[in-house]
Amino acid sequence: MIVRILGEGQLTVDDTVSTELNELDAKLQAALNAGDEKAFRVTLEGLLARVRAAGTPIPADSLEASDVILPYSEASMDDVRALLTDDGLIPG
Amino acid sequence: MSVVKRVSMIFKAKANKALDRMEDPRETLDYSYQRQLEMLTQVRRGVADVATSRKRVELQMNTLQQQQDKLDRQARQALGGGREDLAREALTRKSALQSQLGDLQTQYQSLQADEEKLTAASQRLQAKVEAFRTQKETIKATYTAAEAQTRIGEAVSGISEEMGDVGMAVQRAQDKTAQMQARAGAIDELMASGALDDVTAQPNDDIQRELDQMGAGHDVDRELERMKLELGGEAPKEIEGNAPGAAGNTSNGQAGQASTAADQPQTGDGS
Repeated sequence: MIVRILGEGQLTVDDTVSTELNELDAKLQAALNAGDEKAFRVTLEGLLARVRAAGTPIPADSLEASDVILPYSEASMDDVRALLTDDGLIPG
Repeated sequence: MSVVKRVSMIFKAKANKALDRMEDPRETLDYSYQRQLEMLTQVRRGVADVATSRKRVELQMNTLQQQQDKLDRQARQALGGGREDLAREALTRKSALQSQLGDLQTQYQSLQADEEKLTAASQRLQAKVEAFRTQKETIKATYTAAEAQTRIGEAVSGISEEMGDVGMAVQRAQDKTAQMQARAGAIDELMASGALDDVTAQPNDDIQRELDQMGAGHDVDRELERMKLELGGEAPKEIEGNAPGAAGNTSNGQAGQASTAADQPQTGDGS
């Protein structure tokens, strides 16, 4: 599958990693729900690190859309909450 | 639904929204391409803004570094002259500058990282825009409207996702740069207001003034010593013995000179 890390670009990640990524994603959601910024930071960094380690960057001139889009590494909980709203961070 | 799924969904929906308005597929291609070119300009401007900000912070760091070096020199000079109090003052001011400098260094590194990220984003977008332009021309030339629809959808969704990403990155960099500009402005104002000047590199700052005075004092002392040695070396006892008479001699000498000077015109008249 193709994963985009916002601010960093797209990577091809083997589907076998997806279970692991889903677990991290669930932890991220839990941290966000609990308002636990520290746990959120650690989990987001862990998630991105796993994708970077498992993924292969796709060529810059590829025009493929991503299957999954991940927040940028320095995103705070507020940033991610804003990403999840209609008038959030995404321009256009 | 999980964070990642929601982010992915909303991000894609937003990135593609603008393009859904187009009815004619070819119009979509051209419209998207125009947006891409605008975005390229925007991201390049973003890189330039961050670079400008970074250079400004760099200049401020240099100024503070020079001021620190100067205070260090002053402390050594003061200590050499036996003025520990003055040396302590200089070092206290030097350490006060250290936290400012540390703050600027953090900002500098952050701006440098942003600059690298945006430059990379700009290059990625550039490559995609070029690929898109090629595809756009192929699609337009080869396919019927119905076939084009699917192909266009594929090409456009990939690049509009990239544009959404780059647009956000530029926005983040601009927000951060604006914050840093404000802080850099505050330091500039601080420097201009004299709050930092007192601490630092004014040619006539108070530490330097005292050091100059100390230096001047030393010069006078040294000169006195030298004179004493000169006079003492020739005939110390005579001077001591003739000290009261020295004034008399001087006035005599002056009188003699005056009379000599007075004589000269007379001599001139006489000849």
